[in-house]
Amino acid sequence: MGITVEGANKRFGDFQALKDVSISVPDGSLTALLGPSGSGKSTLLRAIAGLEDLDSGRVVINDEDATAKPPQRRGVGFVFQHYAAFKHMTVFENVGFGLKIRKWKKPEISDRVHELLRLVQLDGLAGRFPSQLSGGQRQRMALARALAVQPQVLLLDEPFGALDAKVRKDLRTWLRHLHEEMHVTTIFVTHDQEEAMDVAEQLVVMNNGQVEQSGTANELYEQPANEFVMSFVGEVNRLGDDFVRPHDMDVVLDPDEHTQEGLVQRIVALGFEIRVEFVLGDGTEVWAQLTRGELQRLELREGQIAYLRPSQAKSFNGPPPSDPQGASTPPGPDDGGDAEVSAAV
Amino acid sequence: MRLPGVGAGLGRGLVGLYLSVIVLLPLAAVVNQSMEGGLGAFWDAVTSPQAVASLKLTVICSLIVVVINAIFGTIIAWILVRDNFPGKAAVNAVIDLPFALPTIVASLTLLALYGSDSPFGVDIAFTRAAVVVALLFVTLPFVVRAVQPLLLEMDREMEAAAASLGAGGFTIFRRIIFPNLLPGLAAGVALAFARALGEYGSVLLFAGGLPDTQVSSVFIRSQIESGNDLGASAVSVVLLVASLVLLASVTLIQRWGSRHERSSGGGLTAMPISGDVLTEDKPKERDDE
Amino acid sequence: MNNSTASRWGLRTLGLGYLALLLLAPLVLIFFKTFEDGLAPPIDAITSPDGLHALKLTLLMVAVSVPINTIFGVGCALLLVRHRWKGNPVIDAIINLPFAISPIVIGLSLFLLYGTDGWFGPTLADAGIKILFSVPGMILASIFVSLPFVVRETVPVLQEIGTDQEQAATTLGANARQTFLRITLPAIRWGVAYGVVLTTARVLGEFGAVTIVSGSINGQTQTLPLFVEKQYANFNQAGAYGASLVLALLALATLLAMNLLKRKEA
Repeated sequence: MGITVEGANKRFGDFQALKDVSISVPDGSLTALLGPSGSGKSTLLRAIAGLEDLDSGRVVINDEDATAKPPQRRGVGFVFQHYAAFKHMTVFENVGFGLKIRKWKKPEISDRVHELLRLVQLDGLAGRFPSQLSGGQRQRMALARALAVQPQVLLLDEPFGALDAKVRKDLRTWLRHLHEEMHVTTIFVTHDQEEAMDVAEQLVVMNNGQVEQSGTANELYEQPANEFVMSFVGEVNRLGDDFVRPHDMDVVLDPDEHTQEGLVQRIVALGFEIRVEFVLGDGTEVWAQLTRGELQRLELREGQIAYLRPSQAKSFNGPPPSDPQGASTPPGPDDGGDAEVSAAV
Repeated sequence: MRLPGVGAGLGRGLVGLYLSVIVLLPLAAVVNQSMEGGLGAFWDAVTSPQAVASLKLTVICSLIVVVINAIFGTIIAWILVRDNFPGKAAVNAVIDLPFALPTIVASLTLLALYGSDSPFGVDIAFTRAAVVVALLFVTLPFVVRAVQPLLLEMDREMEAAAASLGAGGFTIFRRIIFPNLLPGLAAGVALAFARALGEYGSVLLFAGGLPDTQVSSVFIRSQIESGNDLGASAVSVVLLVASLVLLASVTLIQRWGSRHERSSGGGLTAMPISGDVLTEDKPKERDDE
Repeated sequence: MNNSTASRWGLRTLGLGYLALLLLAPLVLIFFKTFEDGLAPPIDAITSPDGLHALKLTLLMVAVSVPINTIFGVGCALLLVRHRWKGNPVIDAIINLPFAISPIVIGLSLFLLYGTDGWFGPTLADAGIKILFSVPGMILASIFVSLPFVVRETVPVLQEIGTDQEQAATTLGANARQTFLRITLPAIRWGVAYGVVLTTARVLGEFGAVTIVSGSINGQTQTLPLFVEKQYANFNQAGAYGASLVLALLALATLLAMNLLKRKEA
């Protein structure tokens, strides 16, 4: 059950969007495809929906090979980044479209549509046109429309990408609750790691058309497979071959054999969190994340010398790098980071 | 909607067949007829004194017309976009009248207006001035409709920026506004020129077919009526070549005009000759953004 | 009055004055001229058998040419926009040709193709089919001159709506026909309608091409524009102006429709 993609390849002209990608998404899970622009995550999602034909590879949905099936017969609900609202139809007609295609009777359509509109909190707006809705409302309408046909899987392409920050946050929480209620296998695409970690149970990190690593938010943060994943899922400093999270950067006033000397260049107070920026002897710029209390205790001033000691560091030495950033694979529980990873989620 | 692969091939076949029957075969017949007697006969027909006179008259009148069009078309577009006066919407609507009014009706009324019965006392019927006025009438919308959307889209802050840098009104127009209107203006002028070269109906009653006022299309008609198919075809081929050159230049102008990523086409309302199909149909990178 | 108001009034006077002399005056004059000698003469001319026949034939031209070019136009626009092909620029260029070619040359081309010495003329004549100097030839001319409008108006609208809505319909289970009828067509309808209006106006008013292929035979192959010319040539001013008024009213209706559609589109 769930969704499996095996050895997917897709090329657009000179651009290889997917390079031998394999993922498997368990039944009923909420999974995020995370990656920067051009990483291939949307292409992968569209290939699962059948909106993009693969050059090679297989898509299996709930134990059925869907590779050759047209989108109409894959039983997927797809939510588009820019909503793809049917502009000439009311909210009611939009949500009821799939049911009408399936030749449902009018009263049944009406019941189902109103049930869904209540679910997405749009019940009072059934008679409006998409142009009369806000962005968040349009996106909820698009979601109701996708859910109306009771899809086996729900696919969302950057569902919150076009919304402002506040609405994004609300919809995020709301999507998580919705998933808890409906338990339909859900994959959503995002480039925002905070969003992915907030909403998803499982994450698949993609870069340059390949899967870099997959796992829970915690696994990715604590045991990143390579430099790319490490820097994509959180802030990172580079000290020689070591990569250190800013909150793992201890600042002390007395040097010992484990510390490095740094000049305090700038101290930025971001509420509770304090960001202290250093320049090291070799010119490297790094920063440490301190609490207000730590800063007061250290009495740091801009322009003074202090000493840095990483409390936890990672280095990715080993087999040749799998991505152009030069990150490489550590021996890890996930054995991720390999170009041809079969990312079991 | 995308057609399935086979459907697209079939569609292309049908489109090709339709265009061949409706457009290409007839035009091929003209070219074929013009070459009936070989290149020599073609050349003789094109260089006959009457043919040369008609072509010369057509080109000169058309040039005068596009120059006047460029100036007044820009002024009219300007007042429609930047000025405000009662009845502006109606004026804007009436600009397209020459596209909607049959040319023979235009010819008849221009004759009544500026002929021997002129209420203004202006009698220019059956003169070369009448040719120019008739062509001005039918080509009026081209420049207006090509310039108007560019003017509408233009970022007013560019002008404010230029003013803040010390540019005066005329300098702003010459250095900021005009260069931005130029692609639309050029495309409009080229389309108006093509239309003027081939115009027939509006000239017919107003300017007539006197030896002095015989434009090429009227000349071709007279050749057909006197059974001289070769003469008619030869001059037609000259006009045809001119049309092709002008169409190609419009496409090039638009490609050049969109080099600053301005929305292409300039919205030539009734006659958008678009090269956009060529440039915008690249494979979409289906990821993100 | 400062400098800028002066130049504004100057431009306004110049532009509007030009329009008044070139556009408005002729339009107003048609009404005056038509009813110069009372209501009877123009009405008699229009309701004469030849006048009525011309009106009917003009409407027939519209009834046949417009649907054909609309179906072709929408189909062709879909091909150009939705299906990348190296031949598209060529198709695009051919479609634009009728915009730039003289109507007289178009008339001549059909005259040569279907004439007694033409490529198709003799064969069709043997089969008993008459194209030239009869209605089929006039319809071919009308189709030729009005070919580009629907394509040109539909292409940008199709590009603008993109494929998202169509794909959404697909994922919701709609097949190609359902997607076209329920999603694509409603989304492009105002653009298509605008193209239809322009096509209609062009067919109604076409003179040059039709005049060559029709022979302008009274009561047989005479559309309204040809009727206007014939009436004028026969010194029947009332008839010429009466028919002109009918055509001018149709032109005004066209402008009205264009404006309404432009507002719908926005």
